Order: sequence, then structure tokens, then C-alpha cells
Amino acid sequence: MTGNVLTVSGLHAGYGDEDILHDVAIDVPRGAIVAIIGPNGSGKSTLLKTIYGLVRTRKGAVVLHAADGATTDLVNMRPSAITALGLNIVPQIANVFPDLSVRENLEIGATPIRNRFDAQFAKVSAALPLLRGMLSKRAATLSGGQRQMLAVGRALMSDPRLLILDEPSAGLAPKVQDKVFEMVKDVNALGVSVLMVEQRARQCLAVAEYGYVLEQGRNRLEGRAGDLLVNPEVIRLYLGRGSRAAAAPRE
Amino acid sequence: MLLEASELRKSFGGVVAVDGASFEVAEGSITGLIGPNGAGKTTAFNLISGFLRADAGAVRFAGSRIERWRGDRIARAGLVRVFQTPRVLTKMTVLENVMLAAKNQLGEGLFLALAAHARVAKREREVRERALATIETLGLTHLVDAFAGTLSGGQRKLVELGRALMAEPRMILLDEPMAGVAPVLAEQLLDHIRKLRVEHGVTMLVIEHDMDVVMTISDRIIVMDEGRVIADGLPDEIQRNERVIEAYLGRLDSKAAEA
Repeated sequence: MTGNVLTVSGLHAGYGDEDILHDVAIDVPRGAIVAIIGPNGSGKSTLLKTIYGLVRTRKGAVVLHAADGATTDLVNMRPSAITALGLNIVPQIANVFPDLSVRENLEIGATPIRNRFDAQFAKVSAALPLLRGMLSKRAATLSGGQRQMLAVGRALMSDPRLLILDEPSAGLAPKVQDKVFEMVKDVNALGVSVLMVEQRARQCLAVAEYGYVLEQGRNRLEGRAGDLLVNPEVIRLYLGRGSRAAAAPRE
Repeated sequence: MLLEASELRKSFGGVVAVDGASFEVAEGSITGLIGPNGAGKTTAFNLISGFLRADAGAVRFAGSRIERWRGDRIARAGLVRVFQTPRVLTKMTVLENVMLAAKNQLGEGLFLALAAHARVAKREREVRERALATIETLGLTHLVDAFAGTLSGGQRKLVELGRALMAEPRMILLDEPMAGVAPVLAEQLLDHIRKLRVEHGVTMLVIEHDMDVVMTISDRIIVMDEGRVIADGLPDEIQRNERVIEAYLGRLDSKAAEA
């Protein structure tokens, strides 16, 4: 009994013949917000997609822990089966059905728990109250921030224990980004564990308890979010180590 | 300054990709152009190289105003672009690919080909010689007759660089030279880029996401974010610049943190 909701270990995965992830390991403690950050191309999104069964795992384990302590290895399970087990994802793009109403989007999200729509919506809208006022709107007419709220709401309608967010602040104006990070905390307050990937590393770490830094598909650093926030090595990973002055002369 | 862009602006529909960007590139320098995803770097390249026309602003290259020029005219003036995804012709050999890019080729018109056969043949020999020399410089001699389609990503980049060199450029715009290049070849490619500057005096403006690479090869770095230039300085200045750190890692004083 580890107290984790998710344990990823020794994960190798990629596209075509090429591995993107090399021996990646992460834990998500029950009830926590865990951040995964790292520069472009570090494998953050691939990691999320692999956990959710959208990218084939070549080696390693992705273990989801149920409330009663039972464990399931999600490797090579279909995404729909993974959702039914209590893990859902909010993709970075194409995360709502634009031609459907907000309510219809939420109903689709509730597919695994169809007969409990009202009870689940009551729970979800406690964290995302603004959804109540926009149920009849077409998703295409929502603002960027509202749309992201709907995407999160849709995923929450399946009653997940763990919610995975792929760059929830991407493409949003700075003020709206702040709202998104606040929303993540509200969602977490419902008792849902959160694993999120973010480009805006510092805002993400500010709401997370723990963070992992990936670089080129490998675990590079990890620690309490507050420690990572002030760790100069994190900045070096993003902006490079060497500079011309520091580089060894070469002929 | 060899290249000066001032107040460049370009939007696509409602999205402002380049929002009043101004920057300069000194002759003989390697200048890095960096910025987070969506900062407007590639659009800036498109504006400078004539692939797109700016909504507003000016581009000066070697003293001429070029912002209204077509891409081919800009290339002939000595400002050549190397793409992120190599555009080699896969069913032609390495030699043919490199020869194609030579300046002032004769023999394209039927009249010239017939009437001035000897001149065309001579010129073609010269182009061939120069292409072979360029291929040798790039360490690809063993692949002269290989079809470009059989090359690795890194080798294709070298061929593309060879084609750029055949145009005898004064300045090369390099869009992510390291993307898709295996580590072994990456070192070679870096050496070539350095050598071009030293031996041929070619000025280079380089977009590159690999920060270790860009900080090592660049004399100066220009940083873009949300369509604007937010910093311009020496690599180690850029690495310590709080505005740049913020662009890459987000703000430190998020409101959400206090909640």
C-alpha cells in the first residue's frame, strides 16, 4: 500500500521505431497535484498519452491504484477502459465537441456513469459553478477559458480518481491562465488527484505539491514543487547550460 | 548591420504572429533567434526571406529595402534560407541536388542550349566542380551519387546546407538546424556552421530549440515572445534575463499561488 493513485515505472514508449521516453518513472500520491515540466521535446505530452493508452508502451508499467488498494496495470489497455477505471484526460487540443451544446458535451463525458448524470454534475459544478449558466450554449461559441473549463468538466463527468491535464493554459491570455490554475486547485479540492503537464512551469509548480522535470524523454529532476521553483538547474534546463564564453575552445 | 528589421508586423486572421518586432544582425555574426512556441520566430523568417509579406514594417539587407521583394530576388541578393524540414529532391542524387541550386545557370533556354552549347557545357562543368567541392566541405563525398531519398535526416540537412552555399550567400537563415539530426551528426553540423562563418564569412541567423547548441554557437541572441522582441544580448546575459526566464517558465508571482 503505497498511498499512490498512479505509479509509473521503467516506461519506454515512442512513435514508429523511435523511443521518446526512456525509463521514465513517476508517482502521483493520492489527492495530490503533480506537475510534469521540461523544455520543448522533453517527452511530457508523450508521457501523458502513453499513460492514457494513446501511445504504445514498449516496456514498463503504468499502475493505477483503486480506492480499495487493488491495482491494475494500464499498459496496452484501451483509453475507454482506462476511463472506466477512474483515470481521465483533458487533451491539449480538440478537447470539446464544438457543434454540441455544453450539456451534450458533459453527457458524453458521463458515458461511463450514464445513470448518475445529475449527481455527478452537482459535484462537478461545485468546482466549476460557471458551467451551470452555460449548459444550453454551443461549445463553439465559448471563450478560450470557458472552453477549457468545459473540457475539464467533461472529463470530470466520468468521475475520475485521477485527472490528467495536457497544458491546460496553452493558448490562453495571461489573466485566463491564472483562472485555469485556480480551477485546477478547485478540481483537486473535490478529491480528484491531478497530473498535469505545463509549458508555464512556474505557474504550474505554484499550484502543485510535487514536480518532475523531464529532459529528452528521461527523468532529470524531481522534488517538492516549492523546491523546484527556486532550483537554478531548472532554469538551466530550459535556457541551456553552456554559452560561448564558457564553451571549451575547439578546433 | 547586415540585416535590420524594424517594427515588423504580421497577422493571420485575428492572430497577431509578429507584433512590431525590431532586431539587427551584424555582418559576420552567428545570431540566435529563440523564443517559446508560438513566439513568431518562423513567421519572422518568412517575412525576412520574402515568403510572406509583412503587414507593416521594414527589412533592410545590405543597405537595400527588401520587404517588398519576392523570395527569389532576396535569395539572389545573397539572403538564403535553409528550412527546418529539408526540401531535397529525393529522386535526384546528392550531386544533382546541390548543382541545382547554383546561381546563374545557363542552358535552361532551348536557344542557348543549341546555339551556345560549348558555353553551356563549360558553365555546367564549373557548377559541377563547385558542387563537388561544396559536398566535400560538408563531408558527403562518399554519398555524391546516392539518391537524396536514401539519406538520414541529418545528411539531408547537410545537402540542404550545401544547396544554400551554392547560391554564394552573404547571409543564411537557418530554421532549426538540429531538429531531427542524430547526435553524432549534430556535432558535425555544428562544426560546419562555425566553419562557414570563419572560412566564408557567411552571416547566420539561427532559430534553434536546443538551448545548449544555440547558446554555444551564437555571438548574440535575440529573444521573441508573443510576436515581440523581449531581449537581445550575449548568451550569458540572456540566460540570466528575468524577462526571458519568465517567457520560458512562466511568471513566478501567479495569483493562484497565493490562494
